[in-house]
Amino acid sequence: MTNYSYTLLIPLIPLTIFLLTGLSGHRFKPIYSGLAGTMGLTMAAFLSYITAIRYFFIDGPVNGMYPQIKAISTVWLRFTDTLHIDMGILIDPISVMMLVVVTTVSLMAHIYSLGYMKGERGFARFYSFLSLFSFSMLGLVLATNIFQMYIFWELVGVSSFLLIGFYYEKPSAVAASKKAFIVTRFADLGFLIGILMLSFTTDTFDFISLTSSTGPAIASSAGTAFMGLSVISWALILIFIGGAGKSAMFPLHIWLPDAMEGPTPVSALIHAATMVVAGVYLVARLFPAYALTAPDALHVVAWVGGFSSLFAAVIALTQIDIKRVLAFSTMSQIGYMMMALGVSGYGDHEGLGYMASMFHLFTHAMFKALLFLGAGSIIHAVHSNNMTDMGGLRKYLPITHITFLIACLTIAGIPPLSGFWSKDEILAAALHHNPVLFAIGFGVAGLTAFYMFRLYYNIFWGHDRHYHHTPHESPLVMTIPLMFLALAAIFSGFLPFSHMVTSDLKPFEAHTDLAVAIPSVLIALAGIGVATVMYRKPNTLPDRLASSIKVLYTASLRKFWIDEIYQFVTKKILFAGVSRPIAWFDRHVIDATMNLVGWVVVTTSSKIKGFQSGQVQQYAAVFISSVILLVLVFVYLFSN
Amino acid sequence: MDILSLFVVIPVVTVIAIMFAKNLEQTRWISATGMLIQLGLAAFLVFSYLHERNMGNTAHWLFTYDTVWFSSLNIHYTVGVDGISVAMIALTSIVVFAGIFASWEMKYLSREFFISLIMLASGVFGFFISLDLFTMFLFYEVAVIPMYLLIGIWGSGPKEYSAMKLTLMLMGGSALIMVGLLGIYFNSDPTGAMNFTFNLNEIAERGIPIEAQRFFFPMTFLGFGVLGALFPFHTWSPDGHASAPTAVSMLHAGVLMKLGGYGAFRVAIYLMPQAAHEQAWIFIILTAVSVVYGAFGAIVQKDLKYINAYSSVSHCGLVLFAILMMNQTALNGAVIQMISHGLMTALFFALIGMIYGRTHTRLINEMGGLMKIIPFLGVVYVIAGLASLGLPGLSGFVAEMTIFVGAYQHTDTFHRVVTIMATTSIVVTAVYILRVVGILLLGPVRNEHHFSLTDAVWWERLSTLTLLVAIAAIGIAPLWLSDMINFSLKPIVERIVAIL
Repeated sequence: MTNYSYTLLIPLIPLTIFLLTGLSGHRFKPIYSGLAGTMGLTMAAFLSYITAIRYFFIDGPVNGMYPQIKAISTVWLRFTDTLHIDMGILIDPISVMMLVVVTTVSLMAHIYSLGYMKGERGFARFYSFLSLFSFSMLGLVLATNIFQMYIFWELVGVSSFLLIGFYYEKPSAVAASKKAFIVTRFADLGFLIGILMLSFTTDTFDFISLTSSTGPAIASSAGTAFMGLSVISWALILIFIGGAGKSAMFPLHIWLPDAMEGPTPVSALIHAATMVVAGVYLVARLFPAYALTAPDALHVVAWVGGFSSLFAAVIALTQIDIKRVLAFSTMSQIGYMMMALGVSGYGDHEGLGYMASMFHLFTHAMFKALLFLGAGSIIHAVHSNNMTDMGGLRKYLPITHITFLIACLTIAGIPPLSGFWSKDEILAAALHHNPVLFAIGFGVAGLTAFYMFRLYYNIFWGHDRHYHHTPHESPLVMTIPLMFLALAAIFSGFLPFSHMVTSDLKPFEAHTDLAVAIPSVLIALAGIGVATVMYRKPNTLPDRLASSIKVLYTASLRKFWIDEIYQFVTKKILFAGVSRPIAWFDRHVIDATMNLVGWVVVTTSSKIKGFQSGQVQQYAAVFISSVILLVLVFVYLFSN
Repeated sequence: MDILSLFVVIPVVTVIAIMFAKNLEQTRWISATGMLIQLGLAAFLVFSYLHERNMGNTAHWLFTYDTVWFSSLNIHYTVGVDGISVAMIALTSIVVFAGIFASWEMKYLSREFFISLIMLASGVFGFFISLDLFTMFLFYEVAVIPMYLLIGIWGSGPKEYSAMKLTLMLMGGSALIMVGLLGIYFNSDPTGAMNFTFNLNEIAERGIPIEAQRFFFPMTFLGFGVLGALFPFHTWSPDGHASAPTAVSMLHAGVLMKLGGYGAFRVAIYLMPQAAHEQAWIFIILTAVSVVYGAFGAIVQKDLKYINAYSSVSHCGLVLFAILMMNQTALNGAVIQMISHGLMTALFFALIGMIYGRTHTRLINEMGGLMKIIPFLGVVYVIAGLASLGLPGLSGFVAEMTIFVGAYQHTDTFHRVVTIMATTSIVVTAVYILRVVGILLLGPVRNEHHFSLTDAVWWERLSTLTLLVAIAAIGIAPLWLSDMINFSLKPIVERIVAIL
């Protein structure tokens, strides 16, 4: 078996760069930090590609099955004799696939930012945080056990926090970063309790034992514990809550649109391609446990995913901010992936949904990163996020235009671009499993095509605005990543995923199901067609349509008031209803009781302290009068 | 002289040397040198302790020394350390060292200030090395008394009130402890031969009658619990900390509050496990309340020191919570949490003092955007905050996770529910930490006078970095610490399990 211990370098290089640029970046010219980060990521990406080629193509399956290799493992913290957190590297199909995704997109974001962030205050800091994020994300995907994953899970959370709040003097950025951290932290509470339950029941944190069909998780699943579900089911549902928080699933999605306050390359890297799919990765990691012992938990995954995908697509229809459209689109596409996992079975062709989910994760990373970086290039040119400030940009930004169009066609699912293949597998898997979910997925495909082309036409066609400065195409350092990702978006659909990433590690043959493919292409074309009619040339149709379904339109525009509900719960209930009363109670009841005790002592003593005045005359007077009194008493007593 | 007694002797010698100091400069340097030696000695102790263990020395107490003090009452001066006390000694010397540098600018009665501070430290060291309950209590009082002077003289705001409140409440705790200790002493001979002892190990071996335990366990636990900010006896903490000068807050929250947790474990749980087992549920409820209540209380505070004081109530509540779980993992977590919280909270108070020294306010609403103006202090504050909310890679995570996993080893519903309740604090903690960071450090600068502030100078950097390095070291490589503590906990827990 090949030795993979060199893969330790893949996370360690970004870590080193983070420490170097973080501690001493301010002493050098900022560009050095940028170059150091980019070079480090280039090395990490190179090593990842080598690993992928060796793992999938040179070594290949052993006895018809891809091996799960622990390249490195060392005890980091011991809880009990059997429960200990290890730090290690797990090499298996999904981790290798994620290595490629993370390092590729991260490298593109690094290169792109050399141009996009040029001249920003805190350029060095930006690169230092990017390296921190890359390290954490790589540690997450390579984790050998669930607790290691939780550790890096928190670290990507904090990197995301730091990068969303990169413009820390801007109150909206600070609020967004805080929101992202706290909402995901809340979800992580579920994750943590899930880990506690799972580890107590199975006595292990290790992924290989947890997912092995003879392992403790799957063997000991029998019996119900609470509300008709087994302990394992509850644990896996709670763990999924953690994943839903990170992956912005309804109703924990509210942080994602706000996270767009971060610099655009960050949105591309963290909030489109890598960190937000961590939840999908987590479910995929534990997939055998879900599929074999907790079908109920898997139903939850499927429905949350399906609903989120529809919900986000409806909101994306009306948003004005181009980054927010893309954010909701991301949420919708991740919902797709979750749904695919949820409808998947285990093993062979049954595991089609699993394969499709991973496939879509891969292709989505490429085309969504491309969309975000393209959006960054547009924002760079017109200095606005709002599509109302854009129009007719195709003449000014030719490369951005073409690559953006490719990405739109890809996400809409037009063959032979990559999005078509992966989305098709998802719909096929859904059709086999649950017609309702299939219908949702099918409808979302049409909505996706529509809102993406609404975005596309509003930016590149429509009104030709009067710009203060003539917009001009971004420099090569920004367009090269666009072109690279466009190529990836076009061709990554031809990767033989069913031979590489499968639920039971065994390759199988997947075929394109024409009964699904043809209708899905047709509905995508219909979506594009409607968008073309409405937005290609300026006309009043969109406004008339909006006013004819005013309620729905407003609901979508206001994002179904979920933010307001959260505001109410946190501000009115938790702040005003819990925290303030507790603070008041502490001062005015508990502390007052303590002061009362003190007061009683002081008052009592002041009442009786007159006996100890220190005045000799008084003492003498008391003494003499007492003696006289006593003498009188004695005389009285003894005289009888 | 044995190495452990040096921990008491060095501070005393330093204090005597300070008496001869002529000016502030000399006072500072004598204190710093003394505490540097102390820090070096602590490092030496850690290494020689680990060395002994590696050489295969399995005796529970190492570096022991014993001499009779009052033979009529069988009082000894007995010292010795196991992994737990070694860890606590290391914590204390780090915090004291950082505290000296944090009060570098103490100009008012500086000699007296440093003398009181270092006397306090010597009491703490004495407490951690003592194996005799009488000397342990003696050192405890030595540590608590200077606190009154330190707050009453060098404090700010309603300092007399706060000093009095703090001292009286802690004295109330002391009274309970003293009764408890005497109760233990007079029940330490089950044979009835009146051959009483104060020695911790002898008492543990002989065992205390269960009836006596039932009476004296709650007293001792509560007595130490007051110092460990056990709800509802925690209110000395916000007022006391708010009035105390920087180094005193650091030492008090960083080290002195740990005396509570340590004592509760060493005396109350270790000597009276049956009663502890019976009555634990009452205190578990109180501590679980402390954890959540402190965190929620911190959310709406406006004064930086109050925020940190309530945060301490929450974190120290977790220490006592874990101790009451009485299994090895949770107890290990409790010790790591004591160390982690000690370092973290000392760092917080140091930073608050430094910020206050610049802006002359501790109200977060009057500050804003400080990150841009004082980036060093800002970054350290953020890292301290991240440690406090349990970010992996910093010490808080290690401690909290060990406690939660340990507490979850109990299979009954009661323990499950309180454990889950305690875990919710990780979210609430994130809320109040990020709130402070958001208002204080980020956003636009609110007060234009703050534009002229200068960033940390060398002693401030030294003070904060010492603590920060320790926090990161534990967070990144926790195994040696956790194994060191585990080794000593194992026989203790085995004995407890055997008795129950």
